[in-house]
Amino acid sequence: MSGALLTLSGRAWTFGDNIDTDALAPGIYMKLPAQQAAQHCLEAVDPQFASQVAPGDIVVGGANFGLGSSREQAAQALKILGVGAVLARGFARIFYRNAINLGLPVLFFPAAAEIRRHDRLDIDLLLGVVNNLATGRTYPVTPVPPHLLQLLQDGGLMPHLKKKLAGERKS
Amino acid sequence: MASTLAEKIIARASGQAGVAPGEIVTCKVDLAMFHDSSGPRRVAPRLKELGATVWDRSKVVVVSDHYVPAVDDASAAILKLTRDWVREQGIANFYDMQGICHVMLAERGHLAPGMFCAGGDSHSTMGGAFGCYMAGFGATEMTGVMVTGEIWTRVPETILVHWSGDLPDGTTAKDIMLFLCRRLGMENSFKVIEFAGPTVQRMSMMERMVLTNMAAELGAETGLIAPDAITLAAIRAGGANVDEAVIAHWRSDVDATYETRHDLDASTLAPQVALPHSPANSVAVTDVPGQRIDQAYIGACVGAKLSDLRMAARVLKGRKVAPGVRLLIAPASAQTTNAAVADGTLGTLLSAGAILLPTGCGACAGMGAGILAAGEICISTTNRNFRGRMGHKDAEVFLGSPYTVAASACEGRIADPRPYLQGVA
Repeated sequence: MSGALLTLSGRAWTFGDNIDTDALAPGIYMKLPAQQAAQHCLEAVDPQFASQVAPGDIVVGGANFGLGSSREQAAQALKILGVGAVLARGFARIFYRNAINLGLPVLFFPAAAEIRRHDRLDIDLLLGVVNNLATGRTYPVTPVPPHLLQLLQDGGLMPHLKKKLAGERKS
Repeated sequence: MASTLAEKIIARASGQAGVAPGEIVTCKVDLAMFHDSSGPRRVAPRLKELGATVWDRSKVVVVSDHYVPAVDDASAAILKLTRDWVREQGIANFYDMQGICHVMLAERGHLAPGMFCAGGDSHSTMGGAFGCYMAGFGATEMTGVMVTGEIWTRVPETILVHWSGDLPDGTTAKDIMLFLCRRLGMENSFKVIEFAGPTVQRMSMMERMVLTNMAAELGAETGLIAPDAITLAAIRAGGANVDEAVIAHWRSDVDATYETRHDLDASTLAPQVALPHSPANSVAVTDVPGQRIDQAYIGACVGAKLSDLRMAARVLKGRKVAPGVRLLIAPASAQTTNAAVADGTLGTLLSAGAILLPTGCGACAGMGAGILAAGEICISTTNRNFRGRMGHKDAEVFLGSPYTVAASACEGRIADPRPYLQGVA
């Protein structure tokens, strides 16, 4: 079990409702290698984001975060930029699954609107708690379902599959 | 236990007697499809990293549709990688530049009622028109399917959308879906939308596919339509065999539990247009008077099937595209193009001044020919108009039916198609 994953701390980058996959991974950059495409992540809504986001920072969204395409680069771009977790009121289903498959924690967070840009947040995934250090307020978050927590703790689907295949090859 | 169609399929695929919404189950995948953008270029290196092989190549379909035809080094390399991988793996079901993946599955008899299918594309929901459960997934998850032949799912609640009444002339399945994006919103995540009622039963297979395709815009796991004689005829036209018994078996029980039920009347629906930058921004076409356009685009899985091209031709017969406007048409498949040549549809469109593009996803996903510059305005038969989807982030895309897009191309501004159809068969 990776303890580092279960507690996270970072600055909040706040976004509104309906952040779509074209904002996260614009189609015109999709044939570029993922590292390069990631530099355009969210540029249509926040031109500073990709260049200023720091490792461990936390993206906070409103309703239906990640709606649109199945393109995994939408979650991968955030991961490449070092984002530690995405908290949102709601998620589109493919984005939600893609993020977890890539080892990026995603949490349903009803109080997303109360977070301000650059507030410092502490998250405890196991307890299901978000602490806003800027305001001193503490919020409960919907816990990650056990089968997905397992995937996150393995570091995503690829490490999970490696473990599974290694187990099968031994037996 | 009474079950919805979605619950019946998931129960069968997960080897359970019955399932209830909220349960997490592992399903065996009957068919896995991916394309040049989401497929081999992203899956092959991962399979190599895992030292794993494809679990069952007879259940895999690969389609090159996003970067076709190659226009630069990057797209040429992606397409070559796709061809090489398919050959190495011995995958027989490979369609290279033959059409858009969701349309290929339908045309070539790959789908049948009761199947559980995983697609590496969000509009995989389109397959649900055949009474199979088909949802979209990302590339890492599709890698998992390639290795194990399985995928987890949370058994979804089903929302029933029941349509009665005849759609007025000039109003289509596309208008229904733009209306529903506004009415139901786009965050029906982890739910299934089942389309039913006399209006749906009277629709052709191609129009039903529009409903389930845009279940993706509603945010759903998938869209589903119970099979009937029209479904079976379409499957047989694709060269596959299917037993009549599927009609009685693969349908929701009459006392199944739906999360919600919407009863809607098609006879009062007007043609809809979605304003930039969301399909949920839909209004009646009469509410956007005088909106000028630079481009009219007829393309994509949802909007360039033979039925769509015929709608456009009905409007454009004997008419011309307005000066200063370009009408681009990218048919959804090679078979579509051939059929449109044979029945005169394509001749009508080209005589009106339309420009024919290669078959494929084209400008819809911002990857192919026909993308927009900053400040340009387009009306499109595609399914999404998010900022930056079809080219520059400062371009504006309106969505409409093929009738509405064709009428708008004639006028050079967004136009109500209904006057164009009066007295036209």
